Amino acid sequence: MATNPMHQFNVYRIGPEIKIDQIDISFTNASLFMVISSLIILIFFNLGSVKKNIIPNKVQLLAELSYSFISKMISDTAGSKGKPYFGFIFSLFMFVLFCNMLGMLPYAFTVTSHIIVTFVLAAFIFIGVTVIGFIKHGLGYLKLFVPSGVPIVLLPLIVVIEVISYLSRPISLSVRLFANMMAGHTMMKVFGGFVISLGLVGGWLPLGFSVALTGLEILVAFLQAYVFAILTCIYLNDALNLHH
Amino acid sequence: MHKRLVLYLFLSIITFFSNVYGAESEGMPQLNPEFWVSQIFWLILTFGFLFIILSKFILPKISNNLELRKSQILENIETAEKQKMESENKIKEYETLINNSKNEARNYFNEARKKIIQDIDKKRKKIEDEINVEIRNAEKEIVELKKVAPEKINKIATETSAQLIKQLIGEEINNSSISAIVEDLSKKNKGKYYGN
Repeated sequence: MATNPMHQFNVYRIGPEIKIDQIDISFTNASLFMVISSLIILIFFNLGSVKKNIIPNKVQLLAELSYSFISKMISDTAGSKGKPYFGFIFSLFMFVLFCNMLGMLPYAFTVTSHIIVTFVLAAFIFIGVTVIGFIKHGLGYLKLFVPSGVPIVLLPLIVVIEVISYLSRPISLSVRLFANMMAGHTMMKVFGGFVISLGLVGGWLPLGFSVALTGLEILVAFLQAYVFAILTCIYLNDALNLHH
Repeated sequence: MHKRLVLYLFLSIITFFSNVYGAESEGMPQLNPEFWVSQIFWLILTFGFLFIILSKFILPKISNNLELRKSQILENIETAEKQKMESENKIKEYETLINNSKNEARNYFNEARKKIIQDIDKKRKKIEDEINVEIRNAEKEIVELKKVAPEKINKIATETSAQLIKQLIGEEINNSSISAIVEDLSKKNKGKYYGN
């Protein structure tokens, strides 16, 4: 079913089946695109950091711009305490960005359009942030759920709401990225299908939509990577600087 | 024409979605847990690899590059400022030098002029003195000549008149009588001939 817009999200095995203790960890098209994204990131940033020109060339300039972009994002949201986590957030942003962007190529697989991938990332961030919070503040980290200046009558309600919102962070973080990527790619596929089925007579309108959607999707791909990274920074800020 | 197009579009949308929902049995591949473990495994593997390589090897290099550039630029700015100060000092030195030499040149010029003027004055005075002496001598001579002149004139006049008379009349007349007349005349006309 070539016109099925969900067909593009199918995961299939590439090469032999690999099993460890009855657990299937075969190399799939998703794995392939994770590997490709990582390799592209590594090659790109390696090229951008080998030469030490005072006046940078284009690759070096891009690499250094991304470096200062992420480092500014961290220092703006989490302050100077967030500096040790720069490497993680940089890798996270670049990984999500390149997975999103590679998904924009025709016939490519979008790694981040799978809830399991985004959920693992978000859950790791959630657990990591919670652990950091408890290490830095001990049980005092629980004060995060008790905002200051709230009337005592409202406090039980507020605490419950805060706990729920805290626990829903990994879900909201992962679903936001996954849903955005899936919806965008499905839309593009649907409009692409219209172009084919309407043919030369009526295909021009969905083609125009398709072109516009491609631009929008590239924007979304960047924006969602940015949102993912900046929300991580904000969660990290909660754990590092307890404001409540 | 338009109606046909709209109908065509509508029909194709319906067939399209019926196709989509016809394939509903497949559902969302994302919710199929068959490859979840594989995806988690490869995600941890690739992302972990990416994270380690980036944060251990590549990011420190980039940050070094950035800091190197920053420090080099700062250094360059510092040296530029130093050199600017130096050049300003040099300009000041140069200006004072020029002013000094200008003053010196003016002094030299003034001195030379003074000297020359003095010299000229001295020489002029000398020449004037000489001229004065000459003038005085000449005046003296003139005065002497003035004194002597009437007598000589009288003598010449007497001789001439004696000669004239001799030619006219053919007789010699006593010189003394002629000289008496000449002297008488010259005394009468003295003011006329010697203006002073």
